Amino acid sequence: MQYIKYLFVGVFFGIVLVKSEAVSWYRIFEMFQFQSFHMYGIIGSAVSLGAIGVWILKKIGAKNMEGKTIVLPAKEKSFARYLLGGTIFGLGWALAGACPGPMYILLGTGAFSVGIVLLAAIAGTFVYGLLKTKLPH
Amino acid sequence: MDFLQRPWPWYVSGPLIALVMFALIYFGKTFGMSSNLRTLCTIGGAGKYSDFFRFDWKAQRWNLVVVFGAILGGYIAVNFLSDGTPIALAPDTITDLKTFGFTEAGMTLLPTEIYGWENVLSIKGMGILVLGGFLVGFGTRYAGGCTSGHAITGLSNLQLPSLIAVIGFFAGGLLMTHLLLPLIFG
Repeated sequence: MQYIKYLFVGVFFGIVLVKSEAVSWYRIFEMFQFQSFHMYGIIGSAVSLGAIGVWILKKIGAKNMEGKTIVLPAKEKSFARYLLGGTIFGLGWALAGACPGPMYILLGTGAFSVGIVLLAAIAGTFVYGLLKTKLPH
Repeated sequence: MDFLQRPWPWYVSGPLIALVMFALIYFGKTFGMSSNLRTLCTIGGAGKYSDFFRFDWKAQRWNLVVVFGAILGGYIAVNFLSDGTPIALAPDTITDLKTFGFTEAGMTLLPTEIYGWENVLSIKGMGILVLGGFLVGFGTRYAGGCTSGHAITGLSNLQLPSLIAVIGFFAGGLLMTHLLLPLIFG
């Protein structure tokens, strides 16, 4: 039963991403063409509120439901992996029009051909795992 | 209840995505969808081939439940919370897509020219989906996160690595949209 709250968060997330049209290939294309404010508004308002909220949570030393002080895990310092990995991700994002969250959500909307994108993404992650030690990080 | 059925504007959707992030923070977790791809590799036995997949995936079960919920959420949204309003794309976007031969831009969430089975089952169409998915899966793990982990959570936490990753997301996205998509569909 401890998992039920995650189910609700997931359902809510899926509904929001469909209703915001952020799961649409067309909206991603439009964003990268700079032809609409829509996606920038979504990401911008989420990050603005997120940054203010995270700042407040840290400032007051807020605790999570387990009673532990909230800390967001820091990413390790590096440059190459973020820029190279990010660029590869961006190429795929603009081609398939879906990032890892929407891939699952779109399956739920009945777009089953997205399953091919999801399987290919799992394969991509697997190949990264094989090559990890050989790549610049 | 009409407003629930219509598309939701950005100033409603963006704050609700922030709410998802805060809910997971309150539960002691971090918002990050792409981690599930690694978890699925591990469940599939990828630990035999690389140390990267040797971790206690059961600690990630909560995230798989989020994913399962997201699939349900997608189903609920289209079947119970939609009135079929087309996506209000910019007129310029619709014009640009016509030059690609995309004739029904915005009528559905995904273009049939890419995701319709008759195109998926061609060599080119299958290649597009496989390449797109592969690049997302490889790139997200290499970069250590995706849109939820870096763009939303990482930027909210004012982390420099996430800013670099998001700049990369855009560099790749712009390259694909402006240089490669016209070659693929033009």
